[in-house]
Amino acid sequence: MTATANRSDTIDKHAATLADLEKHFGSGVFTCSNFLDQTRIHVSADRAFEILARLKNSLGFSMLVELGGVDYLGYPQRSRPRYEIVYIVLNLDTTERLIVRATLADHPSPEIASVVPLWPGANWMEREVYDMYGIRFIGHPDLRRILMPEEFTAFPLRKDYPLRGRGERHNFTRIARSDS
Amino acid sequence: MAVEAEGNHAPEILTNLPGVGVGSGEALEPPPNTFITRAEDVIDYCVNYGRKYSLWPMPFATACCGIELMAVGASRFDIARFGAEVMRFSPRQCDLLIVAGRVVMKMLPVLQRIWLQMPEPKWCISMGACASTGGIFDTYAVVQGVDRFIPVDAYIPGCPPRPEQILRSILDLQGKIQRGGSLNGTALPEMVAYEKSLEAKRHALAAGKTTLERGDEERYGYRLPGGQAQIGGGESL
Ligand code: SF4
Repeated sequence: MTATANRSDTIDKHAATLADLEKHFGSGVFTCSNFLDQTRIHVSADRAFEILARLKNSLGFSMLVELGGVDYLGYPQRSRPRYEIVYIVLNLDTTERLIVRATLADHPSPEIASVVPLWPGANWMEREVYDMYGIRFIGHPDLRRILMPEEFTAFPLRKDYPLRGRGERHNFTRIARSDS
Repeated sequence: MAVEAEGNHAPEILTNLPGVGVGSGEALEPPPNTFITRAEDVIDYCVNYGRKYSLWPMPFATACCGIELMAVGASRFDIARFGAEVMRFSPRQCDLLIVAGRVVMKMLPVLQRIWLQMPEPKWCISMGACASTGGIFDTYAVVQGVDRFIPVDAYIPGCPPRPEQILRSILDLQGKIQRGGSLNGTALPEMVAYEKSLEAKRHALAAGKTTLERGDEERYGYRLPGGQAQIGGGESL
């Protein structure tokens, strides 16, 4: 069975791309699935960069539309690892749009290769994912928090972080009228 | 000080309020009701009258409430009718801070700094549900009421409040300004006392039995003062 066998499209505009990937990487590196007419490529974090590099450099996916993170902790019927990084890439010549989902195992500080060398626009998106999930992007030129203050220590979008925080929001001095 | 340089006079009373005088830190007896004192009253009245009709707001508009605040400045509602139309975007020129919108933990130090940069006498209006209580944004980053960290003189409920409510709060604040304050006082003396009582209340609560909200904080994994940080409490995630 090939990696593309479970796809049900009749007119498959991703056929050439997936065939190329399969030829280049062989089977077992990635799997495909379909959801709402969108084709997703599932790959483990350590091979994601190669696939994305192939998509960018040889297959014409010149635009990184979106890079985001997901924490699937406690998700019902989930069999894949806890974290996923979602890349949406677009081929501007053919308007072919692919979703690449890299899975990362549960770890206090998960790591994945940065795609800033491929798409410089990934810089702030990776910083945001780092800020919210604590996923480190190896090779990122400037991996700092982007939304939360520098002194914040938690990663608030992890599912084991309480919605109302751990009191960080009220950890300030109070200014009374007599002080000001 | 001029009073001391000329000789060892008894401290000269410049206001009719007990405990506020020049040249002495101790509480003084209220002065007898003399002509001078009544003249001071007249001066205080005039000063307060001038202050209340020439508020210069500093619009700290961080969210949607700021749009409603703009409507108050425009011709239909026209905040100029109440003498508060001179919005200035430097806190050093303003005496009325209007916090209009959510304040997140990254913004709060900025808000406090702006408050400290405003010259005395100064007042603060907390506009909308978010600024007053955090509103619907009960999350890790949003401060649940700016009055936890800066003094607030008037609260406006609503999400967003109607422009009329904002005008109403300006009128209320004008009443407050007229009642308190004196020529030489830097803030409103009645509010200093009020702040102190609030402060005392806060500490009494923290040391004594916990309020409902504090119990809730523990449930959601807060770091209680002196306690352990918990992850998620007993909730199943
Ligand atoms: S109170 Fe309502 S209108 Fe005002 S800032 Fe909050 S959400 Fe926006």
